Amino acid sequence: MSEPLLQAINLECERDERLLFQNLSFSILPGTVTRVEGPNGTGKTTLLRILAGLNDAWSGDLLWCGEPRSRQRESFLRNTLYLGHRPGIKPLLTPMENLRALMAGRRPVSDKLLSQALAGTGLAGFENTPCRNLSAGQQRRVALARLLIADEPLWLLDEVFTAIDASGVQAIEALLQQRAAEGGAVLVTTHHDLQLPGMNRITLGQGQNHEC
Amino acid sequence: MNVKVDAVLKPVETGVGPVQAMIAVFSRDVRVAFRQRQDLLNPLLFFVMVVTLFPLGVSPEVEFLRQSGAGILWVAALLSVLLSLDHLFRHDFDDGTLEQLVLQPQPLFLLVLAKTVAHWMLTGLPLVLLAPILGIMVHLEGNSIAILCLTLLIGTPVLSLIGAIGAALTLGLRSAGVLLSLLIIPLYIPVLIFGTGTVAAASEGAPVAGYLALMGAFLVLALTLAPFASAAALRISMSNS
Repeated sequence: MSEPLLQAINLECERDERLLFQNLSFSILPGTVTRVEGPNGTGKTTLLRILAGLNDAWSGDLLWCGEPRSRQRESFLRNTLYLGHRPGIKPLLTPMENLRALMAGRRPVSDKLLSQALAGTGLAGFENTPCRNLSAGQQRRVALARLLIADEPLWLLDEVFTAIDASGVQAIEALLQQRAAEGGAVLVTTHHDLQLPGMNRITLGQGQNHEC
Repeated sequence: MNVKVDAVLKPVETGVGPVQAMIAVFSRDVRVAFRQRQDLLNPLLFFVMVVTLFPLGVSPEVEFLRQSGAGILWVAALLSVLLSLDHLFRHDFDDGTLEQLVLQPQPLFLLVLAKTVAHWMLTGLPLVLLAPILGIMVHLEGNSIAILCLTLLIGTPVLSLIGAIGAALTLGLRSAGVLLSLLIIPLYIPVLIFGTGTVAAASEGAPVAGYLALMGAFLVLALTLAPFASAAALRISMSNS
């Protein structure tokens, strides 16, 4: 088995004087899809934000490729793609401008590739329409277009299926599976009934936490 | 199954330097601002209104205006920058682009600096450009107007840079406006005192080089330290949201 990309050891997080989870340990291996489960308010989003490096209010250890994450922040950020439930899309900009801005700090991507990605999410013809004129689902699709051109080995996806129609959901499921087959690692939170072969689970909010 | 892992995971070069990333942040902010021009005009309109209302409300006498004109302009400029600060990170915070900014594999303080520079170009700089006209309106002399514009040119970036710290700190709060003013105004006071002091000295014919040097020092200090503070404040706000 190959070395885990991200390893959490005894994670503990308290929020508003409420213990969300403790002694939470898991490894995220390349080539796997992991689903974070649990009822509302059990800390799924918080866990993802902690893993992404947005939330610093936790204790425990996080290892990136076997070394403490804090010591290789840039490598971690460069190789991790986080999509939160706020899509990160500016309503005043067009899908193309949004994607260009999102990719700008990461790596150079040609406009041709960007419009291919947009077409791949069913937004062909909307490249130059301001995002505020798009529906909620279409706006999420703009954010999801990043997945089609992503070279980051680790994906942290928070509620990716929100506002996406049935065929879109299928496409995303297929994409996650394909990604895992290519050796990427995906961590996803969702209330959608996601069933992928070989999927790992992290269950929150059961008093004790499942390890995998 | 994991055949391609090494190919995918090889330490990836970003290929994008911090400067390019800064330019991208800057140009996105400018583009967004020009799609929403009312927000651009607001601080300008406020500036013009305060300066025009002062003679009407207090005294239209030439002597009074000549004496207090620089002060009026400076206070109005300061308040209109303060008014625009809440927008600096708020929209980005709400639509999630700020999260993505924080997660860029770039030094965050540089990206924050780019945002702050964009903020200054869109609020502070127009104020500086408008100041000569308003200076004439309040009967300032040519020399005083030139010095006033120079102090505003040095001073308004300081206001944006310091203001960014407050805006970042109060980001997660519901009623950020009041707290932002309380936090920031004390830090603005030295800039205001030296800004108006420079013009006062110039109108009395005293040398202003010392004043200007001090204001320049403010700018250098703010430029070098404020982005670090703003970036740290952003991280804290992100952590609490």
